Amino acid sequence: MSEPTGYGGLAHRGDGRGACDRMRNAEERSRNSELIASTHGIDGPTVAVMSIDTTAEAVASEERPPGEPVARLVHPRAIRWLHWINFPLLMIMIWSGLRIYWAEDVYALGIGSWQWFAFFPDAVYETLDLERRLARGMAFHFAFGWLFVINGAIYGIYLLATKEWRHILPDRHAAREAKDVVLHDLHIKKDMPPQGKYNAAQRISYTAVMVMALIIVVSGFAIYKPTQLYPLPLLFGGYQGARLVHFWMTIGLGLFFLVHVLQVIRSGWGNFRSMVTGYVIDRRSPHVTISVAGVPEAETHTTEMATEESKGGGA
Amino acid sequence: MSEQELTREEQLRAQLDDAPTIPVSEFKRRSRRSFLTGAAGLGVAYLGWNWLQGQPSVGGIPKPLRETLEFNETVWTNVSEGRSAPEHPVSKATPIQVNGRIGIRNEIDLAAWTVRVEGPDGELLDELDIATFDALPQRDMVIEHKCIEGWSSIVHWGGARFSDFHARYADAVGDVPYVGFETPDGLYYVGWDMSSAMHPQTMLALRQGTEPLDLDHGAPLRLATPNKYGIKCLKRIGVIRYARERPADYWAERSYDWYAGL
Repeated sequence: MSEPTGYGGLAHRGDGRGACDRMRNAEERSRNSELIASTHGIDGPTVAVMSIDTTAEAVASEERPPGEPVARLVHPRAIRWLHWINFPLLMIMIWSGLRIYWAEDVYALGIGSWQWFAFFPDAVYETLDLERRLARGMAFHFAFGWLFVINGAIYGIYLLATKEWRHILPDRHAAREAKDVVLHDLHIKKDMPPQGKYNAAQRISYTAVMVMALIIVVSGFAIYKPTQLYPLPLLFGGYQGARLVHFWMTIGLGLFFLVHVLQVIRSGWGNFRSMVTGYVIDRRSPHVTISVAGVPEAETHTTEMATEESKGGGA
Repeated sequence: MSEQELTREEQLRAQLDDAPTIPVSEFKRRSRRSFLTGAAGLGVAYLGWNWLQGQPSVGGIPKPLRETLEFNETVWTNVSEGRSAPEHPVSKATPIQVNGRIGIRNEIDLAAWTVRVEGPDGELLDELDIATFDALPQRDMVIEHKCIEGWSSIVHWGGARFSDFHARYADAVGDVPYVGFETPDGLYYVGWDMSSAMHPQTMLALRQGTEPLDLDHGAPLRLATPNKYGIKCLKRIGVIRYARERPADYWAERSYDWYAGL
């Protein structure tokens, strides 16, 4: 189980049930099926799996010896470049933005006059050299901001043009599945819900990040040129509203960044490497792969029978 | 697992099916190349960052950043210059906090106060007392005054438009691109581009609300606008000087943007 099972920040491994890896999911399923089959004295699942094998040989062997690992492209070059260029840009924007925020650091968490946490403690300012740097902060912010916006715009256009967004936008199952992913991550639930390139929690997180990035840019422009871009600030309830939204989006992106890094560490080297090289090693074996595209009606049906068995027994 | 779920799983996997694959040997070659590219990228980023920090300082910030601020000024003056900030009902106005006292710390005899008006060659055009400004067409504006630090407040200013004041000297100074303002002691000074100064919301303010300005807010005459940061709204004007070159600006010399436009 040395290979990555997810492709991004909220990827999963641990028990090796990465749903991107067809082999492992299929194995797991057939194992479950067999388990249940034996409990119930049914040998159907085995037959079903055999029949899947045949299909897979025919459809997905792709002119290579069965079982030989291949490298599968998960992150196109453009995504990798845009991702890695975005990283330092975002850091510079947050760092210079905090230098600006320092000059009027009025936000806090609390109720009424009771403050639970004031942004930010002096130690934070001192450690990050944020004090008395408003002018330099603005100079960096309004220079690198262009690069941040351009990079983000290219990313957005790329997602639209290549339909890559389909891998990222949550669908109607996402909320329920994301809950299962979180439970799985917390070791409360054993199974991961099915997923494509990203699991449901990743889809929701990445989409949220894109939405936050859009809001942070629009609110940023509203603060930057409130007269020239009027009535843009009204979107946020005015100039100060835009400043508040801009601040909270920064906190949101900061929290995402923390979780993202933690999950990348958790996911392991193969996952990190995929954002550098673009590829993951795909060990799926045609012998146990459930083929998807172009499966003849009969085999699909057999597959479903197998899983029906597992459902019947596992409930 | 239900039939529905299986179909979903199949659909999800189908999304990945057209992803290209390469043999592991080829992957190793490309992987090495990718990491080398990444290392090179890191190096370039590091060198670029150091280069930027090491550039000669112009007004307290590295030259490329200063040039970017000027580029931004060009962009925004071309995109949407001349737009006006919203004005608010008088009921929304609040007292404004006192933020800076640079240039107004000296004693002042308001009765003896005058403004020197100088042409672009340093020639004295006029020396005006407060009556001159009282005699200009008066207007009120309730606008959001924005401090570069981040706070803002809705202030009720009363006074004359700079453009009405300028009409007196338009023939004498011709098409000068800039105008500068200074406190009587010369300690605080700001530069304005003429088109910003001529904006109908650029005011030579005499009053806050209906009361004459108090000393902390720039009595007897100050600049007010919703379209530039407060750092440009000089208090206690002592000199108004037309200029062909960008006038010196106290905060622009201290790393801030010269234009400081909103």
